[in-house]
Amino acid sequence: MVVPSLKLQDLIEEIRGAKTQAQEREVIQKECAHIRASFRDGDPVHRHRQLAKLLYVHMLGYPAHFGQMECLKLIASSRFTDKRVGYLGAMLLLDERHDAHLLITNSIKNDLSQGIQPVQGLALCTLSTMGSAEMCRDLAPEVEKLLLQPSPYVRKKAILTAVHMIRKVPELSSVFLPPCAQLLHERHHGILLGTITLITELCERSPAALRHFRKVQILRLLRILGRNHEDSSETMNDLLAQVATNTDTSRNAGNAVLFETVLTIMDIRSAAGLRVLAVNILGRFLLNSDRNIRYVALTSLLRLVQSDHSAVQRHRPTVVECLRETDASLSRRALELSLALVNSSNVRAMMQELQAFLESCPPDLRADCASGILLAAERFAPTKRWHIDTILHVLTTAGTHVRDDAVANLTQLIGGAQELHAYSVRRLYNALAENISQQPLVQVAAWCIGEYGDLLLAGNCEEIEPLQVDEEEVLALLEKVLQSHMSLPATRGYALTALMKLSTRLCGDNNRIRQVVSIYGSCLDVELQQRAVEYDTLFRKYDHMRAAILEKMPLVERDGPQADEEAKESKEAAQLSEAAPVPTEPQASQLLDLLDLLDGTSGDVQHPPPLDPSPGGALVHLLDLPCAPPSPAPIPDLKVFEREGVQLNLSFIRPPENPALLLITVTATNFSEGDVTHFICQAAVPKAPLRLKLRLTYNHFHQSVQEIFEVNNLPVESWQ
Amino acid sequence: MQFMLLFSRQGKLRLQKWYVPLSDKEKKKITRELVQTVLARKPKMCSFLEWRDLKIVYKRYASLYFCCAIEDQDNELITLEIIHRYVELLDKYFGSVCELDIIFNFEKAYFILDEFLLGGEVQETSKKNVLKAIEQADLLQESPKKTLSPIF
Repeated sequence: MVVPSLKLQDLIEEIRGAKTQAQEREVIQKECAHIRASFRDGDPVHRHRQLAKLLYVHMLGYPAHFGQMECLKLIASSRFTDKRVGYLGAMLLLDERHDAHLLITNSIKNDLSQGIQPVQGLALCTLSTMGSAEMCRDLAPEVEKLLLQPSPYVRKKAILTAVHMIRKVPELSSVFLPPCAQLLHERHHGILLGTITLITELCERSPAALRHFRKVQILRLLRILGRNHEDSSETMNDLLAQVATNTDTSRNAGNAVLFETVLTIMDIRSAAGLRVLAVNILGRFLLNSDRNIRYVALTSLLRLVQSDHSAVQRHRPTVVECLRETDASLSRRALELSLALVNSSNVRAMMQELQAFLESCPPDLRADCASGILLAAERFAPTKRWHIDTILHVLTTAGTHVRDDAVANLTQLIGGAQELHAYSVRRLYNALAENISQQPLVQVAAWCIGEYGDLLLAGNCEEIEPLQVDEEEVLALLEKVLQSHMSLPATRGYALTALMKLSTRLCGDNNRIRQVVSIYGSCLDVELQQRAVEYDTLFRKYDHMRAAILEKMPLVERDGPQADEEAKESKEAAQLSEAAPVPTEPQASQLLDLLDLLDGTSGDVQHPPPLDPSPGGALVHLLDLPCAPPSPAPIPDLKVFEREGVQLNLSFIRPPENPALLLITVTATNFSEGDVTHFICQAAVPKAPLRLKLRLTYNHFHQSVQEIFEVNNLPVESWQ
Repeated sequence: MQFMLLFSRQGKLRLQKWYVPLSDKEKKKITRELVQTVLARKPKMCSFLEWRDLKIVYKRYASLYFCCAIEDQDNELITLEIIHRYVELLDKYFGSVCELDIIFNFEKAYFILDEFLLGGEVQETSKKNVLKAIEQADLLQESPKKTLSPIF
């Protein structure tokens, strides 16, 4: 009994009636079996229906490759119904990776040449959707012919098909360029639209409702023509200004045109006035109730903020308002833009807004906001106290999201502001007393209390309410940090060292401290244990030196300009500067050993680069160094020779013991696959000015190479 | 435009139009990921999002999501207009279109799209012309013996 095949709609009903995935699969597999059989039998009457059903299940995710050949048959049929479904199938099932797709080329060619417009339309549509480079080359002549045929319906499709062909096979530009001039004179909107698209594509590979679609495309074209082209840009200025002012923005379509205008202005070399106009349009967009418009405005303003900074600044209040957006993608952009707009005159106000934002912003923005605030604070802080307050606030609000160097930066900052030591230590003490979980904050607080514990207990500080703290409280707090499971190992290290330092800052006896130190001598954490043992030793065997070792640290030099340096009172202070450090009085060797050990371990705390062992006496005070250790400004390496993978580099060092000496190391490296043999390098150094003449001879790639050259561009720092 | 996807709130695909060559596997992967991403968006969020190196413009009409992937230099706002225009065309053709119409007449949805966009670009700005073309094609399908007047 021949079962009549299901109609498409009936199949869809049946599939939708399935209650479970398994049931659906069953229905579909059964039907696919029928469809397969039908294809095998070669039933031409129902073929289109079978394929349509197959396309439906394909959309649901089921395999349909066995229908590929059927598409070809349907396309070749003379019935329009067949062709319609066949071409649809081709677009969905055939792709250029399979050779099968080439088989429809002939059918397309035939369909393009016969005169029925809907059929030509189908062929062009398919070609422009899935036409591979080969197909495009084959069919270019046919499409070209259709460009100038009378029917607009076909022509507009042919034009856009040409666009696709050029994208696939750029050489075809030469074929499709000539007709453009004539096409531009057409009055049919569809054709004009297509033509502009084609021209756009031709000028630079890229891509355009009644008025609105057309305007956007024209503007797009202008954008491309005017890019980097001074003259065209000038003539466009007036046009763009006109479009900008005359566009009706009551509907989104109008806004789309305006936006395209802005994009055009941004891309071409427009007059300053026009750019301000663009910025103002975007500023108005920011006030639009439609959040999509606000989104594109924020994105575009971000692109403009560098080049047209003052124009964008005028819209700062509106931008800041956008921080309150509920949509995270908008508030993120508002954050980026706000940060870009911070300058020295608005820093206080902006920081206030940004701090408020930090408190309530979504978690994934917190890290960026925190580091943005810290960066801006660093660049534009009006006063040191403000700076310290700002960092403190960030650490309290979002301590876990700040970057690693925040601790180092803050201690550096505090260290350098002697007048604010009392203030800083009090604020930090208060913050610590409230909450010991935010590690960066705890670390800085511990360090400060250790350094300036005496100021903390002194009682008076004009800038803050008087605080009565007694020694036992301070010690108890540090011990709490030391014992807390919330404290990271590094934090505990800070706390222990701070306690140790307090042994010289506080007035009471040190029994409590000594007790803690001795307990931690058997701590399981190796780092803490080592410290504790050393501190204990300090108490027991080197007590006479304890005060000197634990003295206040001198200001540590950082990379970057240093505003002012405070030389701390100390017997053997080394004045640190960019140049080679001045050597200091030698220390007792036992002391140096102990300190080297300490410095080695403290180096682990915040991953600073390894301490340069030689800059002598400065090490006396470098306990618990959180920042990058001081070093003379390194002289940059210099690449002096390169040939076929053989490279010669020079590196320079001034040994601190003898700064008058310049040690130059020549490093020869062979990056090539061939061996270098018989390598000889000879150097001659005329006295002054400092020059270097090098002679190289070697064998490489079966050739003997001889090179003689002079190195003239020695780095400035290497000169005497 | 690189591709357009229509899918329901349950993530069922209702239409997929690809203007760039990709393997079946890649298409499936992209569809899966993008559907997940868009469905996760809250109602108040804006219609644009960045995904891989593309810009995604999406809009929900009743139970259907219309989702387009455009390139960096394309105008998002005009893409929203394109989506809207397509919905208007469907609405005119089916008369108050709903998801079921698109499910049961998916080929028609494709045919209409193919009269509006070609190769990822807008080919016809006049709603009237688009619908007229579809009408003509439908007629041709029903009575192939009839000779047709040129469409315009």
